[in-house]
Amino acid sequence: MHHHHIILRVVTKMLVGTIILFAFYVQFHGDFSPGGGFQAGVIMAVAFILYGIVFGLNKAKQVFPAWVVHKLVALGVLVYAGTGVASMLLGYNYLDYGAFNPHHPSHGQHWGILAVELGVGITVTGVMVAIYYAFAGRPPPMKDEDW
Amino acid sequence: MIETFINIILFAMLVLTALAIVRIDQLFGVVMLSGVFSLLSALLFVTLDAVDVAFTEAAVGAGISTVLMLGTIALTARTQKKATRSGFVPFIVVAVTGAALVYGTLDMPSFGDPNAPAQLHVGPEYLAGSITDIDVPNVVTSILASYRGYDTLGETAVVFTAGIGVLVLLSGLARRRREDEEEEDA
Repeated sequence: MHHHHIILRVVTKMLVGTIILFAFYVQFHGDFSPGGGFQAGVIMAVAFILYGIVFGLNKAKQVFPAWVVHKLVALGVLVYAGTGVASMLLGYNYLDYGAFNPHHPSHGQHWGILAVELGVGITVTGVMVAIYYAFAGRPPPMKDEDW
Repeated sequence: MIETFINIILFAMLVLTALAIVRIDQLFGVVMLSGVFSLLSALLFVTLDAVDVAFTEAAVGAGISTVLMLGTIALTARTQKKATRSGFVPFIVVAVTGAALVYGTLDMPSFGDPNAPAQLHVGPEYLAGSITDIDVPNVVTSILASYRGYDTLGETAVVFTAGIGVLVLLSGLARRRREDEEEEDA
């Protein structure tokens, strides 16, 4: 099984790192260019899904174990909601990012947007990979000829 | 002028793709064509200057959905079942629904109308305030994450709920844990 699709395997190994880098770019450059947490999360998940498709589900689960994925699904929402709680603890309204830098409210906005977009990205990555694991883990492995 | 031409071409290709999806029996081809459909819609969003939406459509519609549909095919069947009943009643239902939708668009403001309700509500305030209040060049991000932070929190919760739902339905966490324990015992 490990001797066919050599081109796919080499290309995938070259691409996965680039895809993850691009996901980080989309995530943290979303203030300046198209993109943000949703898109970055999907792109990040695609890197692991591509790896899983080419090298098999078990290899992907060694890299990104299912229990980690399941924790990430909840962690992102907690990061997002926690940002709001943090701004409340600082005496501002829920999700009022001005709280994070009272002297320069727009800087506080930058921190808040960074935090909530990170939360969105984490949850979307987790959900996409989790759904892929759930689908791919169900059927018996299929032979290439069946397609 | 050239934009009209591009739009006509893109919409024509969308319709052709949709017709091909209806005609084909092999589900693998249907999934690939639905990916093509998503990419074409992404191009349409680009011509509307909605780059963020186009980005999402290309990544989710053409990327993830295709993989998930292929996973679904692997779980079910490769070819569509032959229809046993005549398609007359479904065709009538679709035609009536489509006519109703077209009738509904007659009341909508025309594309790019500056007096459309969407342009007159909170939009101008956000566009004007984005640079001074938030100082983020991408207005989509400032609206999504800051002005409309509650909505995006809700969206994230929806994604979370969808993920949990699929996990509960499909992954069989309990069964896998039992299998793991059996392996450890052996």
